[in-house]
Amino acid sequence: MQVDQAPLEEAFEATIAANDRIEPRDWMPEHYRQTLIRQVAQHAHSEIIGMQPEGNWITRAPSLRRKAVLLAKVQDEAGHGLYLYSATETLGVSRDELTRRLISGKQKYSSIFNYPTLTYADVGTIGWLVDGAAICNQVPLCRTSYGPYGRAMIRICKEESFHQRQGYELLMTMMRGTDEQRAMVQESVDRFWWPALMMFGPPDGDSPNTAQSMAWGIKRHTNDELRQRFVDMSMPQAEALGVTFPDPELKWNEERGSYDYGEPDWEEFWHVVKGNGPCNTQRVAHRKAAYDDGAWVREAASAAAARNEAEASQARVEQAPRPSLRGSDGRVETR
Amino acid sequence: MSDAHITQDTEGEHDNAYAGLLGNDAHWAFGTDFEDPLAGVDTTIPDGVDASELAQYCLMLGDDALVYAQRLSEWTSRAPDLEEDIAIANIALDLVGQARLLLARAAAADPALVPSLPEGSPVPDEDRLAYFRDAGAFRNVRLAEQPNGDFAELIARLLVMSTWRLAIFQRLVDHQDAVVAAIAAKGVKELAYHRDFAGRWFVTLARGTGESHRRLTDAMRTVWPLIPELTASTETESRVGVDPATLADEIGVVLDQVLAVAGITAPETPGLAGVRGRTGRHGMHSEALSRLLAEMQVVARAHPMGRW
Repeated sequence: MQVDQAPLEEAFEATIAANDRIEPRDWMPEHYRQTLIRQVAQHAHSEIIGMQPEGNWITRAPSLRRKAVLLAKVQDEAGHGLYLYSATETLGVSRDELTRRLISGKQKYSSIFNYPTLTYADVGTIGWLVDGAAICNQVPLCRTSYGPYGRAMIRICKEESFHQRQGYELLMTMMRGTDEQRAMVQESVDRFWWPALMMFGPPDGDSPNTAQSMAWGIKRHTNDELRQRFVDMSMPQAEALGVTFPDPELKWNEERGSYDYGEPDWEEFWHVVKGNGPCNTQRVAHRKAAYDDGAWVREAASAAAARNEAEASQARVEQAPRPSLRGSDGRVETR
Repeated sequence: MSDAHITQDTEGEHDNAYAGLLGNDAHWAFGTDFEDPLAGVDTTIPDGVDASELAQYCLMLGDDALVYAQRLSEWTSRAPDLEEDIAIANIALDLVGQARLLLARAAAADPALVPSLPEGSPVPDEDRLAYFRDAGAFRNVRLAEQPNGDFAELIARLLVMSTWRLAIFQRLVDHQDAVVAAIAAKGVKELAYHRDFAGRWFVTLARGTGESHRRLTDAMRTVWPLIPELTASTETESRVGVDPATLADEIGVVLDQVLAVAGITAPETPGLAGVRGRTGRHGMHSEALSRLLAEMQVVARAHPMGRW
């Protein structure tokens, strides 16, 4: 049966135009659904892959308080992944399917996590600059047109800003420590500054999906707008911290009321996006190993649930007390 | 969307990632600086309690938590599913919290226990104890330090560890030392959850598939030989804390109950011997501990004057 889509499309466009939310039960164009799945899944994958570079330092955290802070942070990232995979489920794709797309390389995650974490200062720098850049990207998404995504983002942004403060606070503390610690902070900031700028994506001229995403209210600002805002916000923070950014072109532009800054190495950016970054292979292999190693556990959970259900309905049928968990021959049933 | 609209949007307070970053902000989880975790608590040693023995006892319980939390935290980003990743991290976090309180209590009760660092080092006592002792000075049971193995081994070990520790903490709630009693009261709730998590998974794996059942059986053969050490008396424990020997029956009853629901039988394995009778509580560990500590302590030891 052919359904006339015109009124549906009109209602959809009207919702978008009014800055209202599209909800899972609402009709939406297939292209909108696919774009959202791609974006939300990529975001979810970024949270999950992002557990690795920082998780790399949990077992070596240099104080018990820092160990607790870092464990809690990486745990939050798993939680963010959960909310976001739940949001994609409302669009008709399961977490399991998306995980398989991630580990087969069909879907991407934020390239920043393909850079290695080499010192404990990186934990702080990731909090300050990487989470800071992520927040710049994500805060506008709290008002994104798709309801479940927007609501997940509200919670995620609150926690991200908490992480960012903790990261900055770690660097501040280290700067009050020894000369070696101060050098460690500067070296870390030098290494992460350019990759952090790249987190906003390619320059507007090279970002093919931006226009459509903005028209649909999935994306609210262009890559370059967000990048500029990030630079402007980071500069006073760097001064307060006592570190510099590795960009000789960085200077205040009175006329624009913003900082001018140099061009990131876009060749490196595309290298990393295309899979040749320092850690791409390692990150995906780690995720795949966890998924594969856990397969028997997930199967066991499903089998046990099915068995409990079957026994419960059997018991209801017989109107009898719950039977022993052992099989009729007294042995544990195994398959 | 007009430019004016964008500008208006971007100036909302939630759009500025850095708002308040430098200001005097409300409190953050785990504090913004090192704070004495026992601040405000009466740390006077009660009459009739030997301070140095109390310190040794806190070290034992603190090291169990610290070393086991270290093992659990190795699971981060490796669990079978996100829900388990989060749960395991939670358990590790609880135990790091218990370790901090107990090590701080040990240091306060007997400052002579705390390793000395160069003059002026800002490293707090709990971290001196955690990061600047060698394996032979650790007093945890050997069960805590064993390498992780697979998820079945995690669950089997967690079931035993949390059952045992919960039994101890339930008794310590009435301890003469107000600090130990308070730590125990907080820990009981946490440990009850750990045991519940482990017990549910234990039954699930036992009743799941042939493979999960086989893996669980194998795991029990690895874990069960370390149980007798948990209920072997030492003089310090019997005098100042809970005599582990008095826990054997209770732990047995709990484990039997879980095993019965799971429909699985305990392996007939003898307890793991010590060296001339010395085990974890005496500083005699398995090979795994020094390696675990080498990793855990590497950054802290490189910066004895460092601030974190």
